[in-house]
Amino acid sequence: MVERVLRAPGQYWMLIVMWIRSSMAYPLSFVLMLVSSMLTTVLDFVAVVLMFSHISSFGGFSLPEMALLYATASMTLGLADLCTGSVERVGQRIRTGTFDGYLIRPVPALLQAAADGFALRRVGRPLQALIVMGFAFRWLDVDWTVARGIMLVVSVIAGSVIFGSIFVLGAAFQFVSVDSAELANSLTYGGQTLAQYPLAVFGKEIVRAVTFVVPIAFVNYYPVLFVLGKPAPLGLPSWIGLLSPLVAVVMVALASLAWRSGLRRYRSTGS
Amino acid sequence: MGVYWAIAVRSFRRFSTYRIATASGAFTNTVFGFILCGIYLTLWHERPGLGGYDVADALTFVWLQQGLLMPIGIFGATTTVELGERVRSGEIAVDLYRPTRLLLWWLSVDLGRAMFQLLVRGGAPLLVGALVFDLKFPSGLLAWLTVVTGIVLAIFVSFGIRYLVALSGFWITDTRGMEQLALVLSCFFSGMILPLVVFPGWIGEFARATPWAATMQVPIDIWLGRNPGGTGSALMFQLGWIVVLLLGAQLVTTVATRKVVIQGG
Repeated sequence: MVERVLRAPGQYWMLIVMWIRSSMAYPLSFVLMLVSSMLTTVLDFVAVVLMFSHISSFGGFSLPEMALLYATASMTLGLADLCTGSVERVGQRIRTGTFDGYLIRPVPALLQAAADGFALRRVGRPLQALIVMGFAFRWLDVDWTVARGIMLVVSVIAGSVIFGSIFVLGAAFQFVSVDSAELANSLTYGGQTLAQYPLAVFGKEIVRAVTFVVPIAFVNYYPVLFVLGKPAPLGLPSWIGLLSPLVAVVMVALASLAWRSGLRRYRSTGS
Repeated sequence: MGVYWAIAVRSFRRFSTYRIATASGAFTNTVFGFILCGIYLTLWHERPGLGGYDVADALTFVWLQQGLLMPIGIFGATTTVELGERVRSGEIAVDLYRPTRLLLWWLSVDLGRAMFQLLVRGGAPLLVGALVFDLKFPSGLLAWLTVVTGIVLAIFVSFGIRYLVALSGFWITDTRGMEQLALVLSCFFSGMILPLVVFPGWIGEFARATPWAATMQVPIDIWLGRNPGGTGSALMFQLGWIVVLLLGAQLVTTVATRKVVIQGG
């Protein structure tokens, strides 16, 4: 078991290097896709800036503060999508019967599914998020301490892991309902859209749901509140953002449990 | 004419077989509807009357947008992606043998797809939205007729753009970059990311003049009765773009067909 876990990063790396090589076969096309994938998300943020041409604060957040929320939401989903986004294609593979191929190879099926068609151009979103984050830091008036910096980095990693787990949970559900790839989008892309905004504007029920049911609030909202020194909603303690690594661990456990029970359910289509 | 009707009907049936996929898509549209309502409620609370919309207009915009997204094909649509794939692989040569016109063939396929998605993916989110929020609906038969016209014209405009993107494959080897660029422009200038009425100054005027405005912002404004120049000018704006795009599409088809003959498929 331990040996299998230790081997996994190397195996994953081998698989993605293979896919990167194949995408580099047409360098011009790759660059075009990278640029336009960045542009897609840039315009997302332009929309936020356009909104701020009419208002000075959104739910108690200024434009620089919104920029930090936007950047962390986009960064975490972008990294999760880059590393695990391909798993949503698992339903397609189950239907066509090509999933069987994963089971006979000496690499865990989850790794193969996550690396399936690894698209390096998806770094467009995290790259764009990094630029917005740079602007946010320049505009923001935050008293930066080493602890706060470390906390932000740790929470971005934890947030990516939380989104990654949601991707895997969605893929695991496709063992039950093959054609439901889009269902997970409501939690992943929907979650990112939600996380770009101060969650309190959506009302108490939503804040409760994204805290206790699907912990999207831990991806970036609570950590950013802590960094900006803003109080947490629902009377929660202001240090709740520090719990995001713990939430990430729980999510990984849930996702791996779901994936395994999905695999056990799997019956080949035989086609 | 009969053959194109038959194609559209079969395309409609083909999409109706993916029931779970359609249902999970409609669910996702509904979730996004609620998220956007939260954002727009905050925005319009902060600035009442923003862009000439009241709160009910803004909320109706959200649910119409989520409902029209797939039928109109703002992110692109399967039918035109398949056309692009056929151009790339060379299978398009087979299509050109057929005693039908390429443009009308694919237009029929796309209309069949759009009609199915309009009924299911358009209807479901709108129904949920109307149950939760106080939305605006057109009143009277004439208003409904103009709304239906506006939506059908929007599908034609969107098809024109997507057809041209797909056929660009005759000249550039890999259309995926082009498809991505088309997606970016479509999302931003259709009012998908933010209603175009909120765009300030020259960027707003520019956005509202593009063909993408005719795919989503204009039909929604027809529904709301919020077109600056009245409904008639809105429909003329859509028609104008349809004429330009379909003439362009026919021209490109003719040139491309010759190119195929020269290359021998």
